[in-house]
Amino acid sequence: MALIETKNLSKFYCIGDNVVRALENISVTINAGEFVAIMGPSGSGKSTLMNLIGCLDQQTSGDYLLDGASIGGLNKDQLAEIRNQKIGFVFQGFNLLSRTSAVENVELPLLYNHVAAKERRQRALGALAKLGLEGREDHHPNQLSGGQQQRVTIARALVNNAPVILADEPTGNLDTKTSAEIMELLVRLNQDSKTTIILVTHEQDIADFSKRIIRFLDGHIVSDKPMVKK
Amino acid sequence: MINVNSTVKIALRALWVNKMRSFLTMLGIIIGVGAVITMLAVGTGASEKISEQIASVGSNLIMVVPGSITQGGIRMGSGSHSTLTRDDAEAIEKECSAVSAVAPILNTAAQAVYGNQNWATGIYGTSPGILEVKDCALVAGRNFTDQDIRSATKVCLLGQTVVDNLFGGIDPIGQIIRIKKVPFTVIGILETKGQSIIGQDQDDVIYIPVTTAQKKIVGTSIPGMVRVIMVKARSAEDLPLAEKQVTELLRQRHRSGPNKEDDFTVRNLTQMMQVAEQSAKVMTILLGAIASISLLIGGIGIMNIMLVSVTERTREIGIRMAIGAKTWDIRIQFIIEALTLSMTGGIFGITLGVTGSSILSAAAGWTTIVSPLSIILAFGFSGMVGIFFGFYPAYKASLLNPIDALRYE
Ligand SMILES: Nc1ncnc2c1ncn2[C@@H]1O[C@H](COP(=O)(O)OP(=O)(O)O)[C@@H](O)[C@H]1O
Ligand SMILES: [Mg+2]
Repeated sequence: MALIETKNLSKFYCIGDNVVRALENISVTINAGEFVAIMGPSGSGKSTLMNLIGCLDQQTSGDYLLDGASIGGLNKDQLAEIRNQKIGFVFQGFNLLSRTSAVENVELPLLYNHVAAKERRQRALGALAKLGLEGREDHHPNQLSGGQQQRVTIARALVNNAPVILADEPTGNLDTKTSAEIMELLVRLNQDSKTTIILVTHEQDIADFSKRIIRFLDGHIVSDKPMVKK
Repeated sequence: MINVNSTVKIALRALWVNKMRSFLTMLGIIIGVGAVITMLAVGTGASEKISEQIASVGSNLIMVVPGSITQGGIRMGSGSHSTLTRDDAEAIEKECSAVSAVAPILNTAAQAVYGNQNWATGIYGTSPGILEVKDCALVAGRNFTDQDIRSATKVCLLGQTVVDNLFGGIDPIGQIIRIKKVPFTVIGILETKGQSIIGQDQDDVIYIPVTTAQKKIVGTSIPGMVRVIMVKARSAEDLPLAEKQVTELLRQRHRSGPNKEDDFTVRNLTQMMQVAEQSAKVMTILLGAIASISLLIGGIGIMNIMLVSVTERTREIGIRMAIGAKTWDIRIQFIIEALTLSMTGGIFGITLGVTGSSILSAAAGWTTIVSPLSIILAFGFSGMVGIFFGFYPAYKASLLNPIDALRYE
């Protein structure tokens, strides 16, 4: 079943007289439960696609269907609700709220989903425990290592049971060992909870954890193949 | 819809992170609210005091003075000071139906002596009507009688200040005091009236029969002359009628022809006081309005800081939006922050205003009254300032595009 479907999706940026064609006529279908890696050189449009899929940005043309429903024409608050309910973000730069404890960061999606305070705390603690962060609940981001921060971000992404996790270079700021740990967490999440994971990376080692690789170049898809297990 | 509890917590934390900045922003509101409360307290105190004085002077009073006053207020002494007599006063009492009491007054300043104590005070020759006219009761002894007036007996009523300064602990009733070497028996003591509208001590008086004053104390050129006639109307409604009756009667008695100007002036004392009361109220409003400007400036300070805060926290706003914060989640967060600043400032400001008012009344001796209404008003107003000046920054924050906010460096 198609969870994510784009039809001739394009995104252009106009800078003065220049038009940057960040994405051009992208048609791709991703089914529920897939683990997709998007690869390509810097500036090839990977993040642009992730932002469109994540409903953070609007396309210039084309159509995007999430769960069979078109996203075009939805207002700001409807998009916010979709992000809250359906999408978990894992960013390269973590994007945690500073001066806010790990558990409160994880609670945020539940807060905006109007979950009662007690349940919120319980679920956030559960998510942190699942990611091996017991005892770190009250630490602020600047008191945590990069790997730990990224695990808090993943906890935040999965706490609201979002069907899709979008991870844009989640290991970009991490060393090899920590990167592997994070990737194993994502693989387990994909296997255990059937969460659809879309991952952007330019490292083959990281992409090897996925089941399907889509390669980008200059705003176009150049290849889309299932991962061949060695 | 929106989780107020958590939003308040978020707001408080954001403010706590920038303690110094939050405090300085609040200071604007603290001073503003403090100023509003103090100014209103000063104004309310002043008008309350005037109202009190109106009551202490006696209500429904008309004052008749010799000579006429032109429109410009310059006295044209047509018949010099001798135009009013004790007979005029008696005639008013007998013939004017709208009048309930009359007291002629012939006064001078003199030393009163008791034993080895002496005290310079105001000596008022008057009639028994003075007590009713002044709404003044006796705390001890008796009033004059008409007999005292007719036979010009040497008796007196003392104000509290005179009693305090001459007698100390001794009961003055029946004692003999000397005024200009004339011995007077104290027959009564007046109740305390406090200060008059112009700050005069109304208890620093001695009342003696007007006839005695004319014969022994105040040298008069014309027999029976008095300086002022105080007239009390039966009621506030009767005041204009009493004024008219007194004027007509005196014109008749003084044989002023229809074309001749009055050789006396009738003044409605209550009316004059009410004008003063009115202007004190206007002053209160003015003071409050001026102080409100500082509250407004405090509000602008809040807006300024909130705008800075929105810019500084663009990334935070982006993260919140990415995670699912809606337009009003973001707006409420910043409005609550502004509201917290202004309301906390308001509470401290009220404390400051109340303290300031009591310091003012202690140091400067002004009557200040902090009314509950002014507190509610100031608190409500500071809340409104928070919402009003917090809304624009909050609105600006909510307009951000999530992806632009997230990318903001
Ligand atoms: N906000 C923007 N304004 C203008 N150009 C942009 C913007 N975001 C991305 N681009 C351009 O679009 C292209 C694709 O960018 P991006 O999707 O971030 O690439 P990457 O594959 O490295 O993630 C790049 O040429 C980039 O310069
Ligand atoms: Mg990128």
